[in-house]
Amino acid sequence: MRSPAKNMNNTAGKYHAVRRRKMTVIIILAVLLVVSSIIALGIGSVFIPPVEVLEALLHALFPGLIVAPEGTADIVVNFRMPRILLAVLTGVALAAAGAVMQGLLRNPLVSPFTLGLSSAASFGAALMIVLGPAVFGAAFAGSVAFLGFSFTVKSLLLILSAFLFGWLSVVLVYLISRSRQTSQAVMVLAGVVIGYLFQAGLLALKYVSNDDALREIVTWMMGGMWGATWQTVFILTPVVLICFFLIERKAWDLNTLSSGDDVARNLGINVDRFRIIGLLIVSFAASACLAFTGIIGFVGLMAPHICRMLIGNDYRYLLPASALMGALILLISDTVARVILAPVEIPVGVIMYVLGGIFFLFLITRGHGRYLS
Amino acid sequence: MKIAVEHLTQQYGSHVVLDDVSFTAESGKVTALLGPNGAGKSTLIKTIADIQPIRSGKILVNDTDITTVSKTERAKMIGYVPQYFHYTSFTSVLDTVLIGRRPYMSWSVSDEDLEAVDAALSTMHIEDLAERFVNELSGGQRQRVFIARALAQNPDFFLFDEPTSSLDLRHQLETLAVMQKVVHANNSGMIVALHDLNLALRYADSVVLLKDGRIYADGKPEDVLTETAVRDVYGVESEVVEKETGRFILSYEPSY
Repeated sequence: MRSPAKNMNNTAGKYHAVRRRKMTVIIILAVLLVVSSIIALGIGSVFIPPVEVLEALLHALFPGLIVAPEGTADIVVNFRMPRILLAVLTGVALAAAGAVMQGLLRNPLVSPFTLGLSSAASFGAALMIVLGPAVFGAAFAGSVAFLGFSFTVKSLLLILSAFLFGWLSVVLVYLISRSRQTSQAVMVLAGVVIGYLFQAGLLALKYVSNDDALREIVTWMMGGMWGATWQTVFILTPVVLICFFLIERKAWDLNTLSSGDDVARNLGINVDRFRIIGLLIVSFAASACLAFTGIIGFVGLMAPHICRMLIGNDYRYLLPASALMGALILLISDTVARVILAPVEIPVGVIMYVLGGIFFLFLITRGHGRYLS
Repeated sequence: MKIAVEHLTQQYGSHVVLDDVSFTAESGKVTALLGPNGAGKSTLIKTIADIQPIRSGKILVNDTDITTVSKTERAKMIGYVPQYFHYTSFTSVLDTVLIGRRPYMSWSVSDEDLEAVDAALSTMHIEDLAERFVNELSGGQRQRVFIARALAQNPDFFLFDEPTSSLDLRHQLETLAVMQKVVHANNSGMIVALHDLNLALRYADSVVLLKDGRIYADGKPEDVLTETAVRDVYGVESEVVEKETGRFILSYEPSY
């Protein structure tokens, strides 16, 4: 902690006061996320009180020291934990991707969903489900060992395919919006159109696929966390974390871009290269998550904007805050989706559409002038 | 210190915007770039500020070709204030001015950065606005914030692209007066594109008059801005008058 110097000037005082406020918000969000995760781990067909959840977690970490109550360890660690972590990772990836896209393209309405990335990534995954066995033959069903885990070739190819199509959609929208003098609205419309095109492809794939593939594709289109396994978590964790830190290191460049391309270039940024590389990085993380969850909309729009209202536009703090907020929103929504009609689960994608739709309306009506300057 | 522009030529497709432009701007002086719309003022400013790549010719800062230094080092030499008010979202004045320190920072903000911001805010008399959001400010206030950002950048040369074009009369005079003071006090250089010939007469130490991408004349304002020059370059009949408060150009009709 910095001790206030005697003759510390006014600006430094203001800066550090604001910085402390931003850090406080981030810490509160982190605490809320941990608490929500523990509660969510206890909720389900078998209710487990938070204390027993903690015991089960500690037992998993230190099997010799803590004895977990009978049966709970298995439910908490093997069944519920992967799902919670998938929701958190996806929330982090989508919210950070949304915040970064809004900064890179200087457009408050863009996000992985509004740029069509969600639909495209799902299309890529579905394409692999339907055509993979034919194209790759027996190897498709095989598996490779890595870090003590065995990953199926299928899941790795799914990520690759989802990523390639997810990125393709973002590049397409970027090129369309760059080709002429276009407004913010045109970029969003281009994203919607690209999204429709990939959804049409998805429908076509549904039509030609067999029963098993069809069920898998339908799961993707609705968006849900039920595909969660420890394998999924182990694939996604490094992807999301590495992408997050790569882009967090560039937080000042994102801040600088908010002053306009000309000023950013004058301040020493290679704007075109930064934009493409930045989009590549966040699209990779978002597409990888979406390959397992299916279409999840609006997290990338809601989380960054709520955080902008709370702590402002400094990306050094906005990125971690948005990531935590996105994780929190998606985790709570998924938990609600699990229990609201228990024992029937509704897809979290449905809840996100409702929440996000309302938020989007707020953004384009009430938010006008403040966000959409 | 000086910026030397040597045989600079820029073109968009077949349209030549700058044609073999050469001039020198010295530190401690305000150099005004004048000329009608489309004469190439903006392109010249943006090329020197490293916003547009150089097609042909050279730009030297103290005899160093700016294409040979890193972008970060170049950003410490030449700062830029844009013509238009750019998109800003929920960014405080303090954070906006801090962006000018980008060439000096990696991730964290040093005390030196904060001191530079503090000095820039007080030079522009906007300390009280530090915690306001930029998009809630008036046009004149925003322009001061953007100038403060360039001050925090602490470059050897400031480049201004029509900084007064959307300001009211008082703010035009204030902006140029404060910049003139900074340039004279810190011995930094300033190249400013202007539309208003009387602002150039009042605040510029030297002017470069552009016509169709070429230099029509350059030198001291009173030598360059004559009735003939105004007719040739702007196509306007005018009269140069001397008053106790200074020299003025009164323009009264288009020449045919």
